[in-house]
Amino acid sequence: MRKFIYQFIALSFATTATFAQATISPAKPQSGTIAIVGGTIHVGNGQVIQNGTVIFSKGKIISVKEGNAVPQDIAIVHAEGKQIYPGFIAPNNALGLVEVQSVRATRDAQETGTINPHVRSLIAYNTESRIIPTVRSNGTLLSQPTPEGGLVSGTSSIVQLDAWNWEDAAYKKDMAVHFNWPTSKQPAEGRRFGGATLTEEQQKERYQKQLTELNNYFAEAKAYASTEKPNTFNARFDAMKGLFNGTKKAMVNVNNQKDIIVAVKFFESFGITPVLVGAEDAVEITGFLKDHNVPIIMYESQSLPANDDDDVYLPYKNAKILHDAGLLIAMSADGYWQQRNLPFMAGVSAAYGLTKEEALATITSNTAKILGIDNMTGTLEVGKDANIIISEGDALDMMTNNITTAFIQGRSIDLNNVQKQLYKKYAEKYGIKAD
Amino acid sequence: MKKTLLLIFTLFTFFIANAQETYPVNGSFDIRSGQFAFTNANIVVSANQMIKAGTLIIKDKKIESVGTGIAIPKGYVVIDLKGKYIYPSLIDAFSSYGLPDAPRQSFSFRGSQPVFTSTKDGAYAWNEAIRPEMKVNTIFNIDAKKSEELKKNGFGTVNSIIKDGIARGTSSAVTLGTESANEVMINPSTAANYSFNKGTAKTDYPQSLMGAIALLRQTYLDASWYKNQNKEYNISLDEFNKQQSLPQIFEVSNWEDVLRADKVGDEFGKQYIFKSGGDEYQRIAAMKGTGGKFIIPLNFPKAYDVEDPADAKSVTYAQMKNWELAPTNPAALEKAGIEFAITTADLESSKDFWTNLRTAIDNGLSEQQALKSLTEIPAKMLGIDAEVGTLSKGKDANFLITSDSLFKKGNIIFENWVQGSRFIVSQMNVKDLRGDYSLIIAGVGNLTMKVGGSVGAYDLNLERTGTDSVKVKGTLSRNGDLVSMFFDLKKNPKGDIRLTGYLDKSEPITFKGEAALADGSNTNWSASLVAPFKEKAKKEEPKAKIVLGSVIYPFVAYGYTEAPKQETVLFKNATVWTNEKDGILQNTDVLIENGKIKAIGKNLAAGSAKVIDATGKHLTPGIIDEHSHIAISRGVNEGTQAVTAEVRIGDVVDGEDINIYRQLAGGVTTSHLLHGSANPIGGQTQLVKLRWGQTPEQMKFAGWEGFIKFALGENVKQSNWGDFNTIRFPQTRMGVEQVYVDAFTRAKEYKAQWETYNSAKNKSGLTAPRKDLELDALVEILNDTRHITCHSYVQSEINMLIHVADSMGFKINTFTHILEGYKVADKMVARGIAGSTFADWWAYKMEVWDAIPYNGKIMHDAGVLVAFNSDDAEMARRLNQEAGKAVKYGNVSKEEAFKFVTLNPAKMLHIDNKVGSLKVGKDADLVLWSDEPLSVYARAEETYVDGIKYWDIDKDADQQKTIKSEEARLIQKMLDSKNGGSKTQRPSFTKPSLNTCDTIEENYQTQTN
Repeated sequence: MRKFIYQFIALSFATTATFAQATISPAKPQSGTIAIVGGTIHVGNGQVIQNGTVIFSKGKIISVKEGNAVPQDIAIVHAEGKQIYPGFIAPNNALGLVEVQSVRATRDAQETGTINPHVRSLIAYNTESRIIPTVRSNGTLLSQPTPEGGLVSGTSSIVQLDAWNWEDAAYKKDMAVHFNWPTSKQPAEGRRFGGATLTEEQQKERYQKQLTELNNYFAEAKAYASTEKPNTFNARFDAMKGLFNGTKKAMVNVNNQKDIIVAVKFFESFGITPVLVGAEDAVEITGFLKDHNVPIIMYESQSLPANDDDDVYLPYKNAKILHDAGLLIAMSADGYWQQRNLPFMAGVSAAYGLTKEEALATITSNTAKILGIDNMTGTLEVGKDANIIISEGDALDMMTNNITTAFIQGRSIDLNNVQKQLYKKYAEKYGIKAD
Repeated sequence: MKKTLLLIFTLFTFFIANAQETYPVNGSFDIRSGQFAFTNANIVVSANQMIKAGTLIIKDKKIESVGTGIAIPKGYVVIDLKGKYIYPSLIDAFSSYGLPDAPRQSFSFRGSQPVFTSTKDGAYAWNEAIRPEMKVNTIFNIDAKKSEELKKNGFGTVNSIIKDGIARGTSSAVTLGTESANEVMINPSTAANYSFNKGTAKTDYPQSLMGAIALLRQTYLDASWYKNQNKEYNISLDEFNKQQSLPQIFEVSNWEDVLRADKVGDEFGKQYIFKSGGDEYQRIAAMKGTGGKFIIPLNFPKAYDVEDPADAKSVTYAQMKNWELAPTNPAALEKAGIEFAITTADLESSKDFWTNLRTAIDNGLSEQQALKSLTEIPAKMLGIDAEVGTLSKGKDANFLITSDSLFKKGNIIFENWVQGSRFIVSQMNVKDLRGDYSLIIAGVGNLTMKVGGSVGAYDLNLERTGTDSVKVKGTLSRNGDLVSMFFDLKKNPKGDIRLTGYLDKSEPITFKGEAALADGSNTNWSASLVAPFKEKAKKEEPKAKIVLGSVIYPFVAYGYTEAPKQETVLFKNATVWTNEKDGILQNTDVLIENGKIKAIGKNLAAGSAKVIDATGKHLTPGIIDEHSHIAISRGVNEGTQAVTAEVRIGDVVDGEDINIYRQLAGGVTTSHLLHGSANPIGGQTQLVKLRWGQTPEQMKFAGWEGFIKFALGENVKQSNWGDFNTIRFPQTRMGVEQVYVDAFTRAKEYKAQWETYNSAKNKSGLTAPRKDLELDALVEILNDTRHITCHSYVQSEINMLIHVADSMGFKINTFTHILEGYKVADKMVARGIAGSTFADWWAYKMEVWDAIPYNGKIMHDAGVLVAFNSDDAEMARRLNQEAGKAVKYGNVSKEEAFKFVTLNPAKMLHIDNKVGSLKVGKDADLVLWSDEPLSVYARAEETYVDGIKYWDIDKDADQQKTIKSEEARLIQKMLDSKNGGSKTQRPSFTKPSLNTCDTIEENYQTQTN
C-alpha cells in the first residue's frame, strides 16, 4: 500500500467564493491511474460489493474488486463509508436545450412543423447552460437532449455533462429519432375555444388517416433507405435511414393502451422494435409488451395517477409492476432543470416495490441498454468508461444524496455550480456557515 | 308517448271567444262561452283527493264545479269519460318556453382584449351579469310548436325564466294556451332569478365562481345602499330592490353550489328556491339543512358504452355510481321531507320526461309525490295556486284526460285542456278494429280477414280454406272511419287487390266499400266481425328488485360509505417527532382521545384505547401545506382586476377533490388554499383540514384568522400572458407598487369614513358610506385582523412591498415562494416576516433565475421562520421529501427540516396553538410513517385528523378491491341496460384540471365541480 494520497478537491467552497459559473471549467483528461477505495460499490447490474475498490486508467475501468488492495503509486480516493455508483443517465429530456422555460429565446427543444426527423438536438445543446452543473452535482453524468413536439420531433444524441462544446460533449451521436404517436383517445369536449367535439366516426376516421399517412411516409422512407444513391437528396428521409438498419432507435411517446399496441405493431411492420416513452398504460398490457420485447422509458414516478379511480400510489408502483412482468425499464424525469431529481424518481420506485439495486438499474444499466450505450457505460465493470460518482449516503434518497466526487471518463469533475456560489455569497453576508 | 297509439297530432284549436277586451276585432265578434261537462270520470282533484265517477264542469275557461251528483245545466257539451281519469295539468317551474334561444355564453381567454365595465347602453349596473332589469313578461311570445311539445307531455303551465346572468330578473308564469300573450300570462312576475353564471355578459369580471359570488354579495350591499343615496341613478339596482319581495329562485349546478347559494342567502336574509343539478341525493342531509325548496331536473345520465374494457376505463367510478343512483334522487328528496318541484329543464329531449319520471318512480318516488311536485308544489312556489295546480271551482280549466292513472305504464294522455281550450294528444274512444272478419269481395269470394297487431298499427292476414287455400299478408291503414287495404292472393285471382271503404256499422263492426282488382275491374266488398280479438295473456313479469350501491362521501372513488369515526388510540414504542423541546423521542408512546393528544411518554397504559404497535415506525405531526390550490371549485384566480380582495376561496372549497385523499396518503392534514397570483391583491384564502368526506364548511379550520393572497412579479404584470394582455394595469413592477399605494390609500379613506359615521352621535341626515367588500378586506389588513401571504420572487419587489407596508402601516405575514428570500432575509427578520418557499424549484421563468435550493437553509439560519410549500397537487403529497431536501442542500438538521412542513407553517398561519407539534392538548393530527419521514423511502401508513383516521394504507387496499368489484357490477348493469334497449353514451376522456398559481379559468361556467 502506498502512503501518498492524491488530494481531490472536487468542491471546495473556500476557493470558490469569488468564482462565478464562468470559472467552472471542464476537467482535463485523466492522467494517472486512480483507485477508489473502501466504499460500497453499487455495480449497477444488481451486484453490490461491500468495502471494494474500483480502479480506472485512461478513462476506463480496469478493476472492480472486493477489498482494498491497490497497486503501488496510484492515486487513491478514500471512500470508506461512502456509496459508489455508475454515473446516472438521464434519458429523454431538454437539459441544455432550454434554459428559462418562459423565455422564448432560450427554448431550443421544439422545431416548427410536424415531421422533422432531420433536426438534431446535439448542435443546440448548450454546454454553457448554468443548469447542467446543478444536475451533475446530484449524480447525473450523461444525458439525452431530446427534441420535442410534432409527429416526428427530431434526432437526439447522448452527451456527457462536462464539456467545452457540443463536439466534446457528444457521447453517442444522432442515436435516436423521436415520435409523438397520434392518439385515438379524444378528450370529452373541445373546451378550449368552445370547439365542437368530433363524433366517434370522425374521430376514428381522423386517426386512421393519420396512421395511413404515417405508413405511407415510412414506406417511402424505407424505400429511400434501401438505395445507395437516391435520385434526390431528402434530408428527412436521410435522417430516418438509421431506423431501418438499426443504427438509430425509434423512441415513441405514447400513453394510451390501444395506441401503444398500434404503435408497436406499426414499427414492427417496418422491422423496428421501438422504445416506448411515457407509456402510462403499459401496466395494463404487460403481456403484450413482453411478447414484443419492448423496452420502456417511464414517465417520472413523482406524478399523479391519470385517473381518479387509480391506486393513489400507482405512479410510484409502476416500475415494480413492469419490472415484475420482465420488462426492461428506465426511469426518467420530466423537463430540464428537474433532471437533478432523477435519482429520487428511482428512489420512489424503491420505496414502492423495487429493491434499491433494481431501482438503481433504472437510471444506470437499464438506461444504457435501452439507449444502446451499455458497451460503454451503465455499470461499474472492467472495460467500461469510468463514469463514477461517490455519495456520502444513499444517492437515491434526497435526505442522504450528497455527491462528493464524480468522474466522467476518468476525469474528475468540478461539482460546483452557480447555486452553490450564490449560497456561499449570501452565507457570507449573514455570517452563516455554508455546509 | 308510444308511437303505437293512434296519434292524431293535428292542431285542434278551439278558439273560445276573443276575450281580449282591449283588442279591436276584424269582422264579427265570435264569443263563445266554452261550456263543457265531463262526466263519469275519476277526477284527481289533487294529490290527496280523488273523486270517483265525478263530474267536472267548465265555463269561460274556468272550472265551474267539480264533484259528484252535479246536475248539468242546459247548454253544456257533455263528454262522457267513463273509466277515464282527469288530472290537473302539470306545471313546469323552470322553463324557457316562449323566450328567444339563449345566446352563447361569452367567455374570455388570453387571446382577446379585456373588458372592464359594461358595454350596454343605458344607466345599468357596471357589470353586465347583473341584469335584474330583464323581465320575461316584456319579451315573452307564444311558441306554438314548443307549446304542443309540452302539452303532449301533460303540461299546462310553465314558469319561463331568462337563463342568462347572475341576477337574471323576473320570470313569468304562463299557460300553454296559444291565443295571445295577453291571455296566457297568469303571473307576470313569479320570482326574481339568480345563478352563479355570468352568461352572455361581456364584462370579464367575474372569471371565477368565487368572483361570481362576490359580485352577487356586493350587489346586495349596493342595492341596499342605493335606497338611501342621491349620487346616482341605476336601473339595475332599482329593479333589484323592487324584486326582493318576490320568491327568489337560484339556479345551481350541483349540491355544493346549493350550499354556496344558501350561504349567500343566509347572509342577506333570503331563502332561495334552488333549481338544482339532480345530485342532491349525494348530500341529502345538507340539502335538508338549507331549509330551501327545490326544483329538480330528471336529467338522469345515460349508461356508458362499456363493451370495450379499455375504453371503459375512461368512465370514472363516480360517473358509474351516479348513473345508477341519479334516478333515486327524487325519492331521496321525498324521503328526507324536502319540498320539491320537478322540471323538464336539462332533459336532452322532451321525450325523456315520462321515461325518466317512471324510472324515478321505479326507484322509489311515490306517485302521489310525483303529482304534487308537478302541480301543487310548483303552483305554490310561483304564487299561481289560485289559478292552477288543483281542480277546484274558480281555477283555470287546465286539466288532462287520461286513460289510466297518470303514472301507470301504458297510460295514454288523451287530451290536455288549457284555459278551457282543448288540445288532443291522442283520440279518445277509438274503435279497436282487431278481430276475425268474414270478407266478401264480389266476384272473388269469401275470405277470412284477420286484423291483429295493435291499435294504430294493425297487421292484416287473409286466409282461404278448401281446395284453393291461401294464406297471405296484407296491409291495412285507417284514417278515422276510412280504411284501405291491399293484398295479393297469388291465385284466383293473381295480382294485387286494393280495397277502399268505410266503417258502416260498429256493432258488430262492418265495413263496406269498393275493390279494384289486378285486371282493372272494379267490384264491391264488405266485411263483418265474426270473432273479436283476444289479447294473448301476457305474463306480468314480477319486477326485479332494484339493487343499488351505496352513496359514498365524497362522491368520488375512495369515498366512504360511512364517515370514519374518532378513535382512542395508543401508539406504542414509536420514534416520536414532537417538534417541541423534547425533540425526537425514541421508543415512546402517544395516546390520542377525543381528537386531541392525551399523553406522550413511556409505557403509557392503554385503557380502552386501540393499541398500535409502532415499533420501528415514526410518528409525526401532520404535514401543513402553506400554499395549495387543491379542493377549489371553478377558478383559483379572479385575475380580471388588479385588486380583488373581495373574493374568497372560502366560498368555493370543494370537498370532492380526489387530491384530498391523495394528500392524506402523503401525510398532509392541513392545507392553506390560496387564490392564484394573477393580480397584486388577490382573494381571501381558506385554511382547511383534509377531512375527507365532509362538506366544504366542515372542512374549514375553526378559529382561524383570515389571510389574503398578494402577488408580485411576472404573473401580476402579465409578462407571460401573450400580446393581448398589455392593458390591465400594472404591466411593470413600477405599476405594482402604485396599485398597493392606491388600494391602501382608498382603504384608509374608507376606514375613516366609517369611523366618522359610526362615531356620530346623531345619525339623522347622515348616510352610511357604501359598504365595499374589497375595501373591507383591506381595512382588516390595516387592522391586523387579516394577514398577508404574498407570492414573490425577486428581491427588488420584495423590498418594495416591505417599504409600502411600512409606510402605509400594515404588516406582511408571509412571503410565499420567495425564491430570493436569501437575499432579503435580514429585512424579513427585522419585521418578523416568514418565508414559505420551494425546496429546489428554479429556471422555469426569468424571475426564478436566481433561485437556489439553499434558500430555506439561509433564511432559517438568518432567523426567518421557514416553510416549504407545494403550490402543486403532486408535490403536496411528498412534502416530507421536499423537507428532506433541506438536509441535502445546506445540511439543515433533520428535526428543523421537518418543521419546515409542520410546525413552521403552523406558526405562519397562527395555528401553532392547535397543530404543528405533538404536545398534550393539541389536535390529534398525526402521521405514522414506515421510515424516517424525510426519506424517499418513508410511506405514510396512517394519517389522522382530529383523531379520525382518514388514511390507512391497508384499508386503502380494501377500498381498491371494493371499487374494482363495484365497478364490475355496474359495468354488468350498464351492459344489461344497453341490451335492454336503453340509450347509451360514449365514455369521454377528461383530464382532471390541476391548479397552480398561474391557472386562469377559460370558462368557469362549463365545469362541473
